[in-house]
Amino acid sequence: MVARSDPRRPPRILEASHLFLLLLSLLGGTAMAAAPEEGFDAERLQQLGERNLRVVEQAVADIAASGAPESLEVLLALRDGRLYRRQHDDVIVVANRVDGVMLYSDPLLGTLGEPLADDEVTVIRVSNRIRRALSAAIASLSLGSDDAAVRFAAARQFIDSPDRDLLEAIEEALAVEEVARVRQALEVARAATIASDPGQPDDARMEAVERLAEAGTSRARRVLLSMFAEENSALDLRRDEAVAVIDRNLARWQRAQDLWYGLSLGSVLLLAALGLAITFGVMGVINMAHGEMIMIGAYTTFVVQGVLRGISPALAEVSLLIALPVAFLVAGAIGVLIERTVIRRLYSRPLETLLATWGISLILQQTVRTLFGASNQRVETPSWLSGSFELGQLMITYNRLAILIFALVVLAAVILLLTRTSLGLHIRAVTQNRKMAESMGIRSDRVDMLTFGLGSGIAGIAGVALSQIANVSPNLGQNYIIDSFMVIVFGGVGNLFGTLVGAMTLGVTTQLVEPALGAVAAKVLILVFIIIFIQFRPRGLFPQRGRAAE
Amino acid sequence: MTEPASILNLDGVNVSFDGFRALNDLSLQVDRGEMRAIIGPNGAGKTTMMDVITGKTRPDSGTVYFDGRHDLRRLDEAAIASLGIGRKFQKPTVFENLTVADNVLLALAGERGVFANLFSRRLTTAGDDVDRHLTVARLLDHRERPAGDLSHGQKQWLEIAMLLAQDPKLLLVDEPVAGMTDAETEQTADLLREIAAVHSVVVVEHDMEFVRRLGVKVTVLHEGSVLAEGSLNHVSRDERVIDVYLGR
Amino acid sequence: MITARLLSGRMTVWDVAFLLLLLALAMLVPLLNLVPEAGSGFHLSAYMVSVLGKYLCYALLALAIDLVWGYCGILSLGHGAFFALGGYAMGMHLMRNIDGRGVYGHPVLPDFMVFLNWEELPWYWSGFDMFGYALLMVVLAPGALAFLLGWFAFRSRVTGVYLSIVTQAMTFALMLAFFQNDLGFGGSDGLTDFRDLFGVSLSSDGMRSALFAASAIVLALAYLCCRLIVSSKLGRVLVGVRDAEARLRFLGYRAERFKLAIWTFSAMLAGLAGALYVPQVGIINPGEFAPAKSIEAVIWVAVGGRGYLVGGPIGAVVVNAFKTFFTGNFAEYWLFFLGGLFLFVTLFLPQGIFGWLRQRLVGSREERS
Repeated sequence: MVARSDPRRPPRILEASHLFLLLLSLLGGTAMAAAPEEGFDAERLQQLGERNLRVVEQAVADIAASGAPESLEVLLALRDGRLYRRQHDDVIVVANRVDGVMLYSDPLLGTLGEPLADDEVTVIRVSNRIRRALSAAIASLSLGSDDAAVRFAAARQFIDSPDRDLLEAIEEALAVEEVARVRQALEVARAATIASDPGQPDDARMEAVERLAEAGTSRARRVLLSMFAEENSALDLRRDEAVAVIDRNLARWQRAQDLWYGLSLGSVLLLAALGLAITFGVMGVINMAHGEMIMIGAYTTFVVQGVLRGISPALAEVSLLIALPVAFLVAGAIGVLIERTVIRRLYSRPLETLLATWGISLILQQTVRTLFGASNQRVETPSWLSGSFELGQLMITYNRLAILIFALVVLAAVILLLTRTSLGLHIRAVTQNRKMAESMGIRSDRVDMLTFGLGSGIAGIAGVALSQIANVSPNLGQNYIIDSFMVIVFGGVGNLFGTLVGAMTLGVTTQLVEPALGAVAAKVLILVFIIIFIQFRPRGLFPQRGRAAE
Repeated sequence: MTEPASILNLDGVNVSFDGFRALNDLSLQVDRGEMRAIIGPNGAGKTTMMDVITGKTRPDSGTVYFDGRHDLRRLDEAAIASLGIGRKFQKPTVFENLTVADNVLLALAGERGVFANLFSRRLTTAGDDVDRHLTVARLLDHRERPAGDLSHGQKQWLEIAMLLAQDPKLLLVDEPVAGMTDAETEQTADLLREIAAVHSVVVVEHDMEFVRRLGVKVTVLHEGSVLAEGSLNHVSRDERVIDVYLGR
Repeated sequence: MITARLLSGRMTVWDVAFLLLLLALAMLVPLLNLVPEAGSGFHLSAYMVSVLGKYLCYALLALAIDLVWGYCGILSLGHGAFFALGGYAMGMHLMRNIDGRGVYGHPVLPDFMVFLNWEELPWYWSGFDMFGYALLMVVLAPGALAFLLGWFAFRSRVTGVYLSIVTQAMTFALMLAFFQNDLGFGGSDGLTDFRDLFGVSLSSDGMRSALFAASAIVLALAYLCCRLIVSSKLGRVLVGVRDAEARLRFLGYRAERFKLAIWTFSAMLAGLAGALYVPQVGIINPGEFAPAKSIEAVIWVAVGGRGYLVGGPIGAVVVNAFKTFFTGNFAEYWLFFLGGLFLFVTLFLPQGIFGWLRQRLVGSREERS
């Protein structure tokens, strides 16, 4: 329902092949400092820039065979067009893009005497023939790497582009490989290589097709589709069967992926709605400025990051952890202020509260717009929240997972606070019977203030989390307010468990419906569904019942 | 077809809220033209019983019949009211922003549809009917005052005037003398006896003195079912009733 | 109490004054636009005529909201949807009136459909070439939507804030839907580039004056209808629904039917307001469905004073005059002002401008007597 937080947008991760390169260059980078003991010399390096293809081919082979730690970096640079020749003395340099600027360095010696400008170098181009030679060299180099992640990424590459010349290398690697994940990838790579090679005997290829079907991945499926087999031969039929098996498998994973997206969206809704579950659900205050509390939490994150960056760049990694309590306090304080000045006067008039808090939301939005401008602010994602991992065929990004866990933790904390602390006891007492609670010495006006502050503070915390996936702009809150109310009304007012179930149900349903209908139609459908749902269960999924609720 | 003797018949009615049994196999019969007083300690189920009869609460099981043929479980509040069951609430509820006369005007029998009300001419023609009921309730002098300005006791009386205007066959009166002075209580008892001459009435009351003054058959409710029934003298000698009231 | 006093009378002096003012405007504004030479001190520019006409449409919307909120206690946060639906119905008629004079010159299809490679008009666009049919849809479309929503909501006794949230979700859902190109209502651009109505150009002085006069007269008639409703016995029942719905049921009234009737009628008035609005501003787009628009309309009523009928129109004109002033001069302060207005009115002026004025005038007269 929240357009900005669609989990389907291209994930902020690197594709496997890029990851491969990244890892390789990291490897090269760390090795660079060490002085070369053996390996290739400047002459070999120089030969890479020659016009004669045979010389270049030989140089590539020599560099690969040298076993020097720099060889990978050089070969990769050549393949990716990052190897340059310095114009005035023909020295070969490697370029790396850092923060949008090209930095040139000598692969053997490290840094150059003075930085080079872009017009002082000429790129070294490679022909297709050299490119093939490079790929093979890079592959065999990477399979020999000490880093399992590098070997794994290499094995995957061989699945993607099977090359019968590599079969031997793969089998050798398989013989010594100990890491299960890499072994598995290598086996699939082997099967892919055999299956795609018409020169192999049919029964070996059949077996390989079988193995690919077992693997069940879209990679294996691509191999099967591109392999050559005579029409209606046994191999061809077996291949089609295997593709069908994989399709079914992938469809199951796709549903699981949708479910994950749904849970992720549900956790976002839960976070957004939790503060409202307290102010609206427990206190009965219609706080239309709830979304703005989330927005303020997100802007607090932005400010905290700016301040920390000023103190020390190293603090960027922990900025979110620092922003959490700050956002809680800032949003909570604003909430307390609103309660004291406005809401307090309107307790007996819920519809007026709605209008007044809407007015507050306009003022808060415009204040933020005046202070920070109307455009989106950039909130950094710490490295420990960047990237993703795969679980089977599931792609799970760390920030989404973190938000899911965080939402559940906050929910648990709120429940504990309401049931296990004296403040919680007072809140519940005032909610159930204000007069009675007052006569027992509970200062109900103070409880109201703290409850509203708590709800607002939690909205602020939600803003910190949502700053990681949503655009931080003055309109941020507007995107969540209707959804939050829907979650509460759907789950049942005054019931935090209902809020959880409501948020997750709405999130999962939205994501399951979306592939068939499209994002907007899914949102409209969900809204219509809730409107109809309220007609039949006006008190939500988990209503408060009995005389007290009348 | 012979008219059934009982105007109201509850049989084996059960109602529970979240496990709490508000009514427990309650059976009750009120005869045509009878006035019945219902007493019982707090939480005995008196108000819930009223809610079941007027359609506010649906029973989990059991039957509720009005006039021998109307199954009240199937009808909503408005339909039940239209059948001729009037209800006076424990807390007086009148339309505070309307005048006293308009309150009675709305209660007058007939004209319950949207268009009937839009084109109603009663604003000009029903003055006499309204005044008649206001006279009974001793509110004629306050005719044009907003009902919200009345005193607590006057609001109780206005509610009774509205009940009369509804001309119901059965009146359910919940604690009519709560918050009234002694004099007012006495007048109310007289008024109720007058009404009972032509209507069937069920009165729920705490005030024993008031019940004694009514001098009618009494039903004692306890924990959602009937504990005892009979004249006030009879039930007040009942061991179990004494236990319940004195908490022995 | 004020309501009670007001209801016990029929037409008040305020009603008469308001109706006379509208009639005077309906004659005077066109006159000032058409008769004096442009540039003379008495001349009212065509632009101003349209601006004033727009205010009257907002006033009609505010009247519709006051009828359900002030007299029936239903706070609608979705009346903008009914307004927009009426506007779209009128916009569709105006689109059909373009009649092959669009950029693409297609004889039947509006430009945006040609742009999307549509082959023919969708079924729900047929008939809109006839003004009478379009006019029917102006009231029927919002009326049907209101009836449907109200039928379910009132029967299930969805009341108070819940109902407000539901109406807000309704207009939000419609906004998302109307932003879609494939719904066939022009997507985010909406309907625009209108040419003429009854063969007369919309930008001509005569048409602008006529539309203004029509707005004033429709507002006057709607006001009269609302006054008759609230001063009838039905009006008393509605106040009963507002103040003590449960009590009314025990008197035998089906509160939901009364609510449904008045709610649907109010939605139709809002639709009419939208239909008058669109030809005067020349565009209708999904932005009109935005929940913020509906809430803003509610504040007009709160500012003017609810439960008087005349308060809504007063508030609509006052707030929008401010809006025109602010957005022309200090655009960025407008939201501060509007937000502050929400706060000020709910906290310090709950009876609104009209209620406050009336109290002062009536109060001082009572002191004298």
